Amino acid sequence: MSQTPSPVADAWTPAQIQAVIDAHRERPGAMLPTLHALQDRFGFIPEAAVPMIADALRHTRAEVHGIISFYHHFRTHPAGRNVVQICRAEACQSVGSRQLEAHAKKALGIDYHQTTPDHELTLEPVYCLGNCACGPSIRVNDDVYGRMTPERFDQLTDELSATVVEVK
Amino acid sequence: MTVTVYVPRDTTALALGADRVAIRLQRGAKARDVEINLVRNGSRGLFYLEPLIEIDTPEGRVAFGPVTPGDVDALLEAGLLEGRQDHPLALGLTEEIAYLKRQQRLTFSRIGITDPVSIEDYTALRGFEGLKKTLALDSQAVVDEVKTSGLRGRGGAAFPTGIKWQTVHDQPPGQKYVVCNADEGDSGTFADRLVMECDPYMLIEGMTIAGLAVGADQGYIYLRSEYPLAHAILDEAIERAVAAGYLGDNILDSGRAFHLEVRLGAGAYICGEETSLLESLEGKRGLVRAKPPLPAIEGLFGRPTVVNNVLSLAAVPFILDQGGQTYADYGLGRSRGTLAIQLAGNVRCGGLVELAFGTNLRELMEGFGGGTLSGRPLKAVQVGGPLGAYLPESQWDHPVDYEGFAAFGGVVGHGGVVMFDDTVDMGDQARFAMEFCSVESCGKCTPCRIGAVRGVEVIDRIRAGESFDKNLALLTDLCDTMVDGSLCAMGGMTPFPVQSVMQHFPDDLTPRQAVTAGGTTC
Ligand SMILES: Cc1cc2nc3c(=O)[nH]c(=O)nc-3n(C[C@H](O)[C@H](O)[C@H](O)COP(=O)(O)O)c2cc1C
Ligand code: SF4
Ligand code: FES
Repeated sequence: MSQTPSPVADAWTPAQIQAVIDAHRERPGAMLPTLHALQDRFGFIPEAAVPMIADALRHTRAEVHGIISFYHHFRTHPAGRNVVQICRAEACQSVGSRQLEAHAKKALGIDYHQTTPDHELTLEPVYCLGNCACGPSIRVNDDVYGRMTPERFDQLTDELSATVVEVK
Repeated sequence: MTVTVYVPRDTTALALGADRVAIRLQRGAKARDVEINLVRNGSRGLFYLEPLIEIDTPEGRVAFGPVTPGDVDALLEAGLLEGRQDHPLALGLTEEIAYLKRQQRLTFSRIGITDPVSIEDYTALRGFEGLKKTLALDSQAVVDEVKTSGLRGRGGAAFPTGIKWQTVHDQPPGQKYVVCNADEGDSGTFADRLVMECDPYMLIEGMTIAGLAVGADQGYIYLRSEYPLAHAILDEAIERAVAAGYLGDNILDSGRAFHLEVRLGAGAYICGEETSLLESLEGKRGLVRAKPPLPAIEGLFGRPTVVNNVLSLAAVPFILDQGGQTYADYGLGRSRGTLAIQLAGNVRCGGLVELAFGTNLRELMEGFGGGTLSGRPLKAVQVGGPLGAYLPESQWDHPVDYEGFAAFGGVVGHGGVVMFDDTVDMGDQARFAMEFCSVESCGKCTPCRIGAVRGVEVIDRIRAGESFDKNLALLTDLCDTMVDGSLCAMGGMTPFPVQSVMQHFPDDLTPRQAVTAGGTTC
């Protein structure tokens, strides 16, 4: 598991989108695999992809919109470089996730589904990460962290921003 | 001499720093000129001891835990690599740890022992023996073996697995499917994840047996997107199983076929409900379908489909290998075999406890769990996920089995046990139950879609002291409407936790100002 941040936003062309769609369109029940592939590749599902998906998978645009909006995982706008999910479910509540979530929102100055102004970090709620014996749990990109405290949260988000500076 | 060292790689071990422990160990061993064979095993499910590292010794594997990266140097100094037991983190022989030794691990017999993606490790511990026996039987005999076992679905509804398989088996030949429900959405549960991350071939074997039994040549694992590690491990295991001839067009040269693919969900709790899951697999919004028709008759793409939870399918290799009766010899009443209990939340010793049905909650929470993590008194426990009731102390002595729990309004469900200490505000928990339903409802029927939103509002009013009695009566009615009028258990059971709070913890629903003035700890 790496801490790969999401791909850079807006880096897509219609040809690239079409290539992703074409790679999946023949699979049975191709819709979710296609949407996942697009989001994995571009970080979100560009609006321009909607008519192309509709065309390839024989749906109306409205149907494609309806499907995308049904699932919490799919986003139609670029996320920050890192996506941080805080578990809001019961097992984590029992060990202090409510306080953690309040702290995170305050420390980052954003609410759920928002991105920090420097595009570093998007905050999302999640309902269980399967780490329920060692909560509070959060997920940063593809890595899960357990026994999270407000202090460790600050440390972690500081480290995430620090890696940018190194890269640049 | 090369020393074999085990450092687990499941999500929880990693979440607690196992990768950094592994790196420190490699560095430390190098500095000491000791050659180590580092195995990234699965977890034993003793999460309170993770990262739990083990060393091979002539007497058996010895354990140390919980090991933080900062402990590694001191452990090496204290003779870790010689298996010396001088360090305070030394736990002795792993198999002798009471938490593990007192369990009855039928399904989870291999987790943490093996390298999850090693087929050799799997077959060395009876892996694929059930499949081999299946290939020698006719399909009805396989279904009969599962019926004999008494296995009931572990995903929540506890429907007899053998009877479900029989229905699919009896449909005319043609395209059929086996779908594994790996959506594991319930808070407090991680047993499916442990199967997939720590013993993936067991699930592959169970699904293949199901396919052979009912005449399906295609399987899908519908996996929640919150489990990226399970995804990677399953994909690797499937690829290796195909290469080794356990999956594909000609399973073990039998001339019979079974293909398997992982499909990712997309963060929707309702897609764990089997018909919503099938809609999602077909590429649609996850709207719940009315039943009938049953998925066993008209399931995926309208074809006969077995939908089973991970744990139901994972129990099958044992049943075929050791015989359905051996499995049925465990258990209580009509709940046969073992239940994977998951101790979670505010618990000192959280983890997986596999035991025959019939134990009780107090023994689990105190005998295994060691009480709360905070050290404060236990106040409530939610069993069976977000749709399960909150149980007060008076209900902790009932034996855990499906009928026994149903008798007092409890839900065994997927076996999650979420513990809360006395700082919990049960009013918050009741409110959250409604809030969760409002976020996750598929929206198909009104009592659930609108009811959950109203539920949050009414609870807020009650807690603000606004027309208290009137709003409490309104909440009671609303719960009844949801229970009676919802199409599926999402709307139909969301009231259970709420009603349990009204019944057993009414003080927590009184206006908050009054509570604060009374000086309680919340
Ligand atoms: C709201 C809701 C969520 C559910 N979530 C899951 C789930 O995450 N995993 C699961 O196996 N079953 C879940 N179920 C139960 C399934 O509908 C179904 O009963 C189960 O997959 C059948 O498999 P089994 O017989 O092996 O248990 C859920 C049911 C409901 C109503
Ligand atoms: S009860 Fe809720 S989740 Fe179930 S079908 Fe109705 S709206 Fe959908
Ligand atoms: S409830 Fe937070 S990880 Fe499961």
